[in-house]
Amino acid sequence: MSEVTNSGTKAESSKVAAFVRREIGRVTALASLVVIFTFFTVMRPVFASWANVSGGILMSTTVIGLMAIGVTFVIITGGIDLSVGTSMALVAVITGKTVMAMHLNVWSGILVGVIVGTILGSINGLLITILKLPPFIATLATMKGAQGLALITSDLKPVLFTTDVKGWDSIAQGNIIPNFPNAVLILLVSAIVASIILNKTVLGRYTFAIGSNTEATKLSGVKVDRWLVAVYALCGFFVGLAAVVMTSRLGSAQPDLGLGYELEAIAAVIIGGTSLLGGKGTISGTIIGALIMSVLINGLRILELQQEWQYVVVGAVILLAVYGDNVRRRRSGDTSH
Amino acid sequence: MASNQLLSLSGVSKEFPGVKALNNVHFDLNDGEVHAIVGENGAGKSTLMKILSGIYKKDSGEIIYKGKPVNIPNPFEAQKLGIGIIHQELNLMPHLTVAENIFIGREDRFPGGIFLNNKKLISATVELLQELELNLNPNDIVGELTIAKQQMVEIAKAVSYRGSVIIMDEPTSSLTPAETDALFKIIRSLQAAGKGVVYISHRLEELEKITDRITVLRDGEYVQTLKTSETSIPEVISLMVGRKVAQDQRPENRVIGNEIVLRVEGLSDQNLLRDISFDLRKGEILGFAGLMGAGRTELARAIMGADPKTAGTITLHGNEVKIKQPSDAVAAGIGYLSEDRKRFGLLLNQDVTFNVILSSIPRFASKFGFLKVKSAAGITRDAIAQLRVRTPSERQFLKNLSGGNQQKVVIAKWLTRDCDVLIFDEPTRGIDVGAKDEIYRLLTKLAEEGKSIIMISSELPEVLRLSDRIAVMCDGRLTGIIENKDANQNVIMELATKFSESVTTAN
Repeated sequence: MSEVTNSGTKAESSKVAAFVRREIGRVTALASLVVIFTFFTVMRPVFASWANVSGGILMSTTVIGLMAIGVTFVIITGGIDLSVGTSMALVAVITGKTVMAMHLNVWSGILVGVIVGTILGSINGLLITILKLPPFIATLATMKGAQGLALITSDLKPVLFTTDVKGWDSIAQGNIIPNFPNAVLILLVSAIVASIILNKTVLGRYTFAIGSNTEATKLSGVKVDRWLVAVYALCGFFVGLAAVVMTSRLGSAQPDLGLGYELEAIAAVIIGGTSLLGGKGTISGTIIGALIMSVLINGLRILELQQEWQYVVVGAVILLAVYGDNVRRRRSGDTSH
Repeated sequence: MASNQLLSLSGVSKEFPGVKALNNVHFDLNDGEVHAIVGENGAGKSTLMKILSGIYKKDSGEIIYKGKPVNIPNPFEAQKLGIGIIHQELNLMPHLTVAENIFIGREDRFPGGIFLNNKKLISATVELLQELELNLNPNDIVGELTIAKQQMVEIAKAVSYRGSVIIMDEPTSSLTPAETDALFKIIRSLQAAGKGVVYISHRLEELEKITDRITVLRDGEYVQTLKTSETSIPEVISLMVGRKVAQDQRPENRVIGNEIVLRVEGLSDQNLLRDISFDLRKGEILGFAGLMGAGRTELARAIMGADPKTAGTITLHGNEVKIKQPSDAVAAGIGYLSEDRKRFGLLLNQDVTFNVILSSIPRFASKFGFLKVKSAAGITRDAIAQLRVRTPSERQFLKNLSGGNQQKVVIAKWLTRDCDVLIFDEPTRGIDVGAKDEIYRLLTKLAEEGKSIIMISSELPEVLRLSDRIAVMCDGRLTGIIENKDANQNVIMELATKFSESVTTAN
């Protein structure tokens, strides 16, 4: 778009400066990821082996990563979704039960998963827009509700359905690309699609607009409520996908697994530079954030650090990431927050 | 220029609970005309504009637009009719780019309606910006632009609706003279294109340059419509302030000593305040007058340490005090009574006692940190009696008291804290007329007892009635301090609109 700027070089250099300023969050996050990765590699060369990278780090990023993609949209609107963890458990259980009852094949099963996820997400959106509940409260309620319903529908037992469906285990474990787990491929494709939605579509534009200034967006003639429901539904879609991947990896639907995942997903989004106050954020940042967490956990485990300490380190990383973001913002004089 | 009537409002009234904001107001606008609406704070200008742009609904009256009576129930309808507004408080999405902001809700899409056509968006923006001769980059993030440039984005957005009427509410409040000239150029080109511009501004000297007619409102009532070429600024000012109750009470000539309690020297802040110096004497009420946005509240907050200063010293009883945060100011004996009592002054869900002792809790705490409930209640009962707070008991919740009585509780809080400098920001805002008198008497009594009072007020009769001296601010500067006996509304208004051409707004 250089035809826009009238004084070429000056505008170019200021554009570069603006780019660096805008992208510095992601650049630092990526740099931190590289530094952490290098550190563990130096300490234990086995850390960088493809077996560990793909089977250990990337694989363990998939479920949280998929949820975090959905949550990124929600957080950019200035909202929050606490229900993604237990919703994932509920989707897994419902999908398992449906697949068994209706003898569905793998594709139909996946479809059931994402549809149920999308419906759960829409419910959040409707609670927030129609009942005018704050997102924190609405999704806190659906988080507890989903947790209970997952346990009720499963009768407190894991739903063992995956062996009945041909190919269900290869959703996550198979290799369409040799040596590259399908689950990781799903995450990669999801990230690219989500990125396109966020940056190239009307939905993405309104996601940013709502988070930046809801009132102004409304006054500009945008039907804010309708788009908010779409954003929460989209988040639910990714939760459904995460549930499908999860059941494939575990070989069953675990009704009690998922609580706490929402906070890890939110942490990944925040570490990736998305503002909790809304208006700004990226999918690639979120993926980097999710990777930083799994690299840390994997690396610390290889260093045989006690699990208790792993939690402390992750906590410290979240503090550092958000504090760093604050400092940068204050320095660049961004007063929009 | 053949001028047809574009818009006409007649007999428009609007009432808010307890306030008649507009009473039977008339206004009309021709195509190709710039028509100013002027009036003091609270005259009803913004209410009228909000009715025109669909944010408020009128209670009665008629709006005729292009020859037909219309209803404007919401902002969308106003946009559809072709009435655009540039709000005084900027209504932009700071994280989005210039182009995204201008065309929000009307983005060009590729066939299918899902994907955005960014190329078209940019080219449409470039076209619009060139047409308006605005030097903006469509890809710049709005939140990173100066306020003046953000204002330009608002203007471009309003023009992009291609409506017939554009309302500008204080469009130059944050512009430098050069930027103001650029805006005037835009207005003239809009005018040449046959559009009608409603222009609201406190800067009266601008009206001579840009407007064709001026309508004066006062206290929600229509006063007069004048041709700009046939009037003068003094005439407009006298119409603005000439209220019937104007020349009312003045303070009795109190004798105030020479003891200086508070001295502010060379105070500036990052955005607005420029080199402000004044003294406050013991037992004095120093009124601060000025238009909205002149910087009076900002000054109070800077003195209190609530916002950072970039320069200036504050001296109390001859000793310089370092005030970095509000607790420093309170420790030094300065109390601030915010204009927004409910947000910054009171705990509405707590009782009177809790509110009265809030700033002095250590005094009512025993060695082990327990509150001395009895002594707190005793002090509060004394304060209730002294200030005549109408409450059944000291246990009453604040939310159940009237505005005037809530204000008295805030005053009791600072008296309990032993503050000897009190800054009142709009002390009677939201307080009904009867209770106002009581607050006035209370302020005078406090001054007589030796407290030093800074009183910020947008109501000139209030300033004239209470202040021993009156400081007038305009555009972040102190434009004069006058003795009460030398002051009248016209003198104050002149000082309050003394925008100096040489002063440029910070970028």
